Amino acid sequence: MAASETIGEELLRRGISRRALLKYGAYLASLMALPPLQARAMADALAAARRQSVIWLSFQECTGCTESLTRSFGPTLEDLIFNMISLDYHETLQAVSGEAAEQARLAAMRENAGKYVLVVDGSVSTRDGGVYSAVAGKTNLQVLEETAAGAMALISVGTCAAFGGIPHAHPNPTGAVPVSAIIKDKPLINISGCPPIPEAMAGTIAYLITFGRLPDLDQLRRPKSFFGDTIHDRCYRRPFYDKGMFAKSFDDEGARKGWCLYELGCKGPVTYNACATLKWNGGTSFPIQSGHGCLGCSEPDFWDKGSFYRPLSATTAHPARTVGAAAATGIAVGALGAALARRAKHRALTGGEKS
Amino acid sequence: MTLLDFARGPALSTALAVFAFGVLWRLVFLVLLPRVRDRSAPRASAPTAFAGMVRGFARHLWPRATFAGSSMFTTVNGYVMHLGLFIVFFGLAQHMLFLRGLFGVQWPNLPSGLISAVAVITLASLGLALGHRLASPVLRLISTFNDYFSWLVTTLPIVTGLLAVSHLWAPYETLLAVHLLSVALLLVWFPFGKLMHAFLVFVTRSQTGVRYSRRGVVT
Repeated sequence: MAASETIGEELLRRGISRRALLKYGAYLASLMALPPLQARAMADALAAARRQSVIWLSFQECTGCTESLTRSFGPTLEDLIFNMISLDYHETLQAVSGEAAEQARLAAMRENAGKYVLVVDGSVSTRDGGVYSAVAGKTNLQVLEETAAGAMALISVGTCAAFGGIPHAHPNPTGAVPVSAIIKDKPLINISGCPPIPEAMAGTIAYLITFGRLPDLDQLRRPKSFFGDTIHDRCYRRPFYDKGMFAKSFDDEGARKGWCLYELGCKGPVTYNACATLKWNGGTSFPIQSGHGCLGCSEPDFWDKGSFYRPLSATTAHPARTVGAAAATGIAVGALGAALARRAKHRALTGGEKS
Repeated sequence: MTLLDFARGPALSTALAVFAFGVLWRLVFLVLLPRVRDRSAPRASAPTAFAGMVRGFARHLWPRATFAGSSMFTTVNGYVMHLGLFIVFFGLAQHMLFLRGLFGVQWPNLPSGLISAVAVITLASLGLALGHRLASPVLRLISTFNDYFSWLVTTLPIVTGLLAVSHLWAPYETLLAVHLLSVALLLVWFPFGKLMHAFLVFVTRSQTGVRYSRRGVVT
């Protein structure tokens, strides 16, 4: 696709009808909970838009985010939308490597200065100057600061880039931080999840291209359209929660009947994501539907919030030692106080004589 | 650290430690204090101390007819409130999970809808108790900060718990955190305020029963 060609022209050239684009516009608009009229506007804007230059940087991550986004089900229209994006740099997906890859990034930055979208997956190492993660002799920290300088907006994909994720977990040996801790002067969207939902990514990028601005974000800078509700609010097992019917183990009768997994540590009530509505693998299922509680992977510090299998209403701490020590101290202080009272009584009765 | 992390971690751990310290301090102190010997001669018909204790305790579970008019509301409302608190605390699955996390024991939970209904009744009962206290000149006169604050720390967990279960007004994580913090406040206040009667009622009523029976007081 030529850089001057619009997405609409490219789609027509590929035999994708305007009707299909309208349907896709409606799909994206419904994903993002936009009014019905916006569907047509979205399709028209997409058709008229030129390819959006995207530079994708991978830092301290496991490639799960890229795996999730590229291995979405089948060749869907969102795949085409990704084709409509000029993905100018992506270490995992690009054909070139080594010095040529770095040149591609620098060229894209130069040619689209102030216009490209910078997508980051992975957290940024900061300890000891960020030496624990580097590409082509440059630390992630240096590459991020250099690339973000000319970006129109940033999208932190995955919980590592959005909140630090697993590299940030205790004891955080590399001093990992989220992108937002480094870049503070650019529009930034967090699409958290470990990994994030492909449609959330596609929908957010489409929104950016279409409207040229950020979608409505929550206090953690996540698109409200995908992160506005908790998993629990939209969970098909919610009626069982309301009735107090909980599975006691992963293979008991309750579990087989689809009862709520709260007792087994499900973090759905405090996790904001669209897993329960969009689901995964083409709407096939999501973790709770597969029989496992939500881990809360789209929330900050999900790795450090105690066991995945500890219910939300239980304490995260194991206070036995502290409480035991406090109890022993209480007994000692009580006994000492009583002993002093006995001594005082004895003295009073004996008129202060030494016994 | 989020508010919920704080509530589930340091806040509850500290509150439990204060609770354990305070309760054991007061109980051990009371049990080991030197006792004043009752030097009066027991009535010929006086039962044993143990029998007197049991009889005295049992007899105070319900007001005598003479005092029914003045005590019946307090007694019945007290039972409703205490039974309600017991059912809510031990019947809700989430509470059982909290206790299981501490002691490793578990039991079948009651339906959440039933617990919510009981909680509303308990809350109404607490409201009536406060209203009765404020409406009665005598009760108002002898009430102190201890009485009102003990009422408050008992009521807050019920209110915040109902909100958390109903997911009303605020995100669940905030409601759950506030609920847990209200429980932490109750635990911290418990040993040092009038809530300690949960343990001491057995001591005081038994002691009264023993003394009354020794002296032939009709209870």
